[in-house]
Amino acid sequence: MKPPRFQYWAPGSLAEALEGLWQLEDQGYTTKLLAGGQSLMPVLNMRLSAPDVIVDLNHLAPELSTVQEVSETLHIGAMTRHYQLESHPVLGARAPIIAEAERYIGHVAIRSRGTIGGSLVHADPSAELPLVLALLQGTVTLQSRESIREVSAQDFFVTYLTTAITSTEILTAITLPTLPPGSGQSLEEVASRPGDFAIVAAAAQVTLDSDEAIHAVRLALGGVSSVPLDVSGSIAFLVGEIPTAQLWIECTQSLADLVEPDSDVHADSAYRKDLTVALSRRALTHAWQRARQGASLGSIGNKGGEG
Amino acid sequence: MEIDLKERVSYTLQINDRTYAVEDVEPRLLLADVLRDFLGLTGTHLGCEHGACGACTVLADGRPIRSCLTLGVGAKGLALQTVEGLAPNDGPLSRLQDAFWEEHGLQCGFCTSGMLMTATFFLREHPKPSRKEIREALSGNLCRCTGYQNIVNAIERSAQDLGENYS
Amino acid sequence: MNARQRRIEDPALLRGNIPFVADLHFAGMLEAVVVRSIYAHAMLDVVNVQPALESPGVKTVVTAMDLPSACGPIPMRLSPSSELEAALQYPLARDRVRFVGEPIAVIVAGSRYEAEDARPGVEVRYRPLTATTNVRQAMKNPVLFDTLDSNQVYQHRQYHRLVESKEPDPTLRQLHLSFSIQRHTAMPLETRGLVAVPEDGRITVYGATKVLHFNRRVLAGFLGLDVTAVRLVEVAVGGGFGVRGEFYPEDYLIPWLALRLQRPVRWIEDRLEHLQAANHSRQQEHEVDVSYDDTGRIYHLHDEIIVDTGAYIRTHGVTVPELTQGMLPGPYRWQEVDTQLRVVLTNKTPTGTYRGPGRFEGTFVRERVMDAIASTLHLDPLTVRQKNLLTVDTLPFSHGMQALGEEIVWDSGDYPLALAQAAHLMAKEEFPRRRAAASARGRRRGLGFAMFVEKSGLGPWEDCRVAVDADGRFTCWTGLSTLGQGTMTALTRILAETWGVSASQIRIVHGDTDQVPESHGTFASRATVMGGSAAFYSARTLKSRLQALAAPLLEAHPEDVILTDRGAEVTGVPTVAVSYKDLVEESVRQALPLDVTERFSASAMTYPYGVHGCELEVCPNTGMIQIVRYGVVYDVGRAVDRDLVKDQIVGGVAQGIGGALLEELAYDEQGQLVTGTLMDYLLPGFCDVPEIAVMITEVAPATSNPLGIKGAGEGGAVGVAPAIANALADALNAPPEAFTTLPLRPQDILRWSRMDQLPGKGAKR
Repeated sequence: MKPPRFQYWAPGSLAEALEGLWQLEDQGYTTKLLAGGQSLMPVLNMRLSAPDVIVDLNHLAPELSTVQEVSETLHIGAMTRHYQLESHPVLGARAPIIAEAERYIGHVAIRSRGTIGGSLVHADPSAELPLVLALLQGTVTLQSRESIREVSAQDFFVTYLTTAITSTEILTAITLPTLPPGSGQSLEEVASRPGDFAIVAAAAQVTLDSDEAIHAVRLALGGVSSVPLDVSGSIAFLVGEIPTAQLWIECTQSLADLVEPDSDVHADSAYRKDLTVALSRRALTHAWQRARQGASLGSIGNKGGEG
Repeated sequence: MEIDLKERVSYTLQINDRTYAVEDVEPRLLLADVLRDFLGLTGTHLGCEHGACGACTVLADGRPIRSCLTLGVGAKGLALQTVEGLAPNDGPLSRLQDAFWEEHGLQCGFCTSGMLMTATFFLREHPKPSRKEIREALSGNLCRCTGYQNIVNAIERSAQDLGENYS
Repeated sequence: MNARQRRIEDPALLRGNIPFVADLHFAGMLEAVVVRSIYAHAMLDVVNVQPALESPGVKTVVTAMDLPSACGPIPMRLSPSSELEAALQYPLARDRVRFVGEPIAVIVAGSRYEAEDARPGVEVRYRPLTATTNVRQAMKNPVLFDTLDSNQVYQHRQYHRLVESKEPDPTLRQLHLSFSIQRHTAMPLETRGLVAVPEDGRITVYGATKVLHFNRRVLAGFLGLDVTAVRLVEVAVGGGFGVRGEFYPEDYLIPWLALRLQRPVRWIEDRLEHLQAANHSRQQEHEVDVSYDDTGRIYHLHDEIIVDTGAYIRTHGVTVPELTQGMLPGPYRWQEVDTQLRVVLTNKTPTGTYRGPGRFEGTFVRERVMDAIASTLHLDPLTVRQKNLLTVDTLPFSHGMQALGEEIVWDSGDYPLALAQAAHLMAKEEFPRRRAAASARGRRRGLGFAMFVEKSGLGPWEDCRVAVDADGRFTCWTGLSTLGQGTMTALTRILAETWGVSASQIRIVHGDTDQVPESHGTFASRATVMGGSAAFYSARTLKSRLQALAAPLLEAHPEDVILTDRGAEVTGVPTVAVSYKDLVEESVRQALPLDVTERFSASAMTYPYGVHGCELEVCPNTGMIQIVRYGVVYDVGRAVDRDLVKDQIVGGVAQGIGGALLEELAYDEQGQLVTGTLMDYLLPGFCDVPEIAVMITEVAPATSNPLGIKGAGEGGAVGVAPAIANALADALNAPPEAFTTLPLRPQDILRWSRMDQLPGKGAKR
């Protein structure tokens, strides 16, 4: 299990990288972009991919790992690594679901190197960050020498391990809305072992108005489809309701009919449907409780209490 | 613009506070193979070569990384530490190594280097960990022999020794 | 309480400066890669290696056509049987492949990278055949080997009746249950590997372990060399658990290539190869019928055991199936045992032993049945067990079953005591309170137990040589291997205690066929029992020689002479001593050599036993479980070092948890392994293994060896699956047929949980 032969190029700046990708495409080279390498390197070691050129983006890390908040929007550089995301003070306050998601991602060594951009481009439908992007209706910035485009989560994730990015583009940034006032977020998942990709994951955001009625509610599911699935529409009817614990039980009951997950050796389709209901309920309930507390951080540290 | 595509590379690595030159090699060489086959630092072991077992864990700028998922050429500029850097060759074992010895925190010893490196990082960040925290922090490192309990004991003991020495 | 003894193996391992096989480097060393079948079943029409030969750095590429005629199929080491010989595996496939991962060719190049580059250059034209992937289908499908009549390659009925029974008693209750145990295996953290170094007409093979001398004989035969021209050397070994150290195709191919090329050749298996080609284990189906009366007394045990043995018979022959059958009855008194064993070939990786072979499977079946019986009678499962356990006064006892060529005779033990101790260890009395508290939190809590009898100390014999030099340095030569268990620490302890000298005075030489003439090896929990006993005998002989030499010099009785690190002295008179230098001189003068070899022989195995207890909680919404309490009582006869025994038990439990809950080598219908990486083959990690309480007892010493010791390698693994399954059934009030399929997956747990949502159901005790 050793990587195949390739030529190596480590551009020093984004501009250089974009120019180079364009030229390499022109000259007929196949390329792979190396960010944290936590998904690409296993693929290379198993020789499931044999690009002509590996373009190592790690010299771009200083340029592409800034986190900025601009008028209720978060801009996260694509080379921001998981360990930076999990403890970033701005993200902790303004998008607490990211820190919550990070607790489920891989293990410490994976989080040392892996990047948010790499995770999104890998597009595993049971991965946590794609789920967060789908939940929050975030966008990614895809840049090439010739263009720069903002692509929504829905358009970005095409199918299993496939996105809308082209071979001359680099995913440079992720844009997410900040947590609206009166909101709570939650991500719940079941995995075979801690740190594994989820069998099913559910992410929710609940926004309450001043009367504690639902102002907005969002829900997205991972592990039940070829892409992370935004199912907010199916619970939109809740807007205006005053939630109770019972309401979340009732509104999630029918979610099982909404998804057609595949079976695999670790979990069959019926179990994934069961988890869809159980985890959606849990995520919505927690998000609601957090919205009521008006707290975004205080209570999310309790991972793994239920396996 | 000229793209500097390289079929062979030369670079230096900073490992255990020493500088090593790696001359004229293919860029595809994994950091683990550079350490083991080119620099003779065979204390870092390869257990799966796809990032799942943790045996090859080394520290880079103080944080654990998988040396099987890192290119050697990609490690230049990082301050690397391997198991060989934990204790001087003819000197005593480090406190953590000694705790592993005392607590039978190893059997075959194949996963041990990776355990030691991850635990070194973890104890720096969490000098007074609970057993649950130890288990969560080390969960990316697999061991097939010990059932983990004695490794948790060893890390806990190492942390206690640390505490006692400072009190 | 004794302070924990530090293991002599550890300092070098902790520094990372003792070589494992992949760490070895020799001048001019080449690296090999094995090209393996991508089909589960196919004819090999054409194998063209020419493109691979032209790949940069490649030195040679070989296929079956290149192998010398002396190279036959790999023989059976254990339980050889002529009817199985038709299904042995050749080192390289000749005209037909029978599992994904079967070796077809070997590429040798300057580096592993270059050798892998050449792999696509071995062009194989396959003509696919129907793949047989399950045992029921296999009995109907075309045969895998043209010389066989059936894919059922072996069958064996063992029927024994204890009492002259009358007609079948119609008042007895009957229970039928079907069990399935999934394919999984040892998965040591270090993959397999070899470095073969030719020099001066000899070949040295590094990376051997477990059964060096047997493997040397096989290899020498294949190479056409005298055994003295073949040297096998063990270096540090990253875990064995049954799978490592058997004679695999590479164990011939790599030394042969090294001789052919006259260059050192290294082959390090990668993890994907290990998953595909190292021995699998465990896959069995059981159809069980038991009869019992209303009080829970058991009568008949009938079991049809169908074993998926994979595509070839490997070195273990049918050891695992035979052990399953032979040890199935466990610690209970059955009036009648009737077992029908069927071993079936399929297009999957061949199988061998894995820690607790046959007992992991059989214990799961039997102990789940015991709880199922109890549940139909609304009795406490421990009450049913106590009613049927063999008692101290009935041992030794045999059901007449056989395995490994000997009758299985439970030699000594107090099984009822162990069960009572386990109930105490698990705080069973207070369990209802804990269950109620969990219930208040919305969790279902259950407590389950499983009993087992293990085997250890397989014969026939083991030698040990010891010597002392003029500086008082003791050396011990043993044929044992150490694969992580601390065998050398245990041997040192036996020797140090026998002689009365410090461990630091003792050096152990092992793992080198040039240094140790013969050994049966390290497997089946035989190392400490057999090798330890041999060490004890040789140490005792050496000591008595030293005493005899010293006594006249000290003007004392030999029995009053004791040994110290400095020499010999009279007990209680430390001021007068004779140095080892003087003793060595005296031994030369008297022609009484201070170099002794003794043999320990055993005609029967010795049987440790114990109990597992598991308490767990189930989340009724997800089916995920949390093991909240786990305990093992283990009677080891006499412990050489209790900490080493505990280490083995805890490590074994972790592997048992993997087998019970997580690990599966799953195949699709085309015979492709679908869990072929460690992302899919799920080994238990830190958070998957609970804290484990171990109670080592020394109630029933072995009668067949001088130290009274029984082995400890496997008892940790064998009781886990039934303890967890029984705890689940208890938590969820599940019927007898629940939790009879491994692994126990959350989806099944959730389903059984749903069936017990009816209000009012509950407290069964």
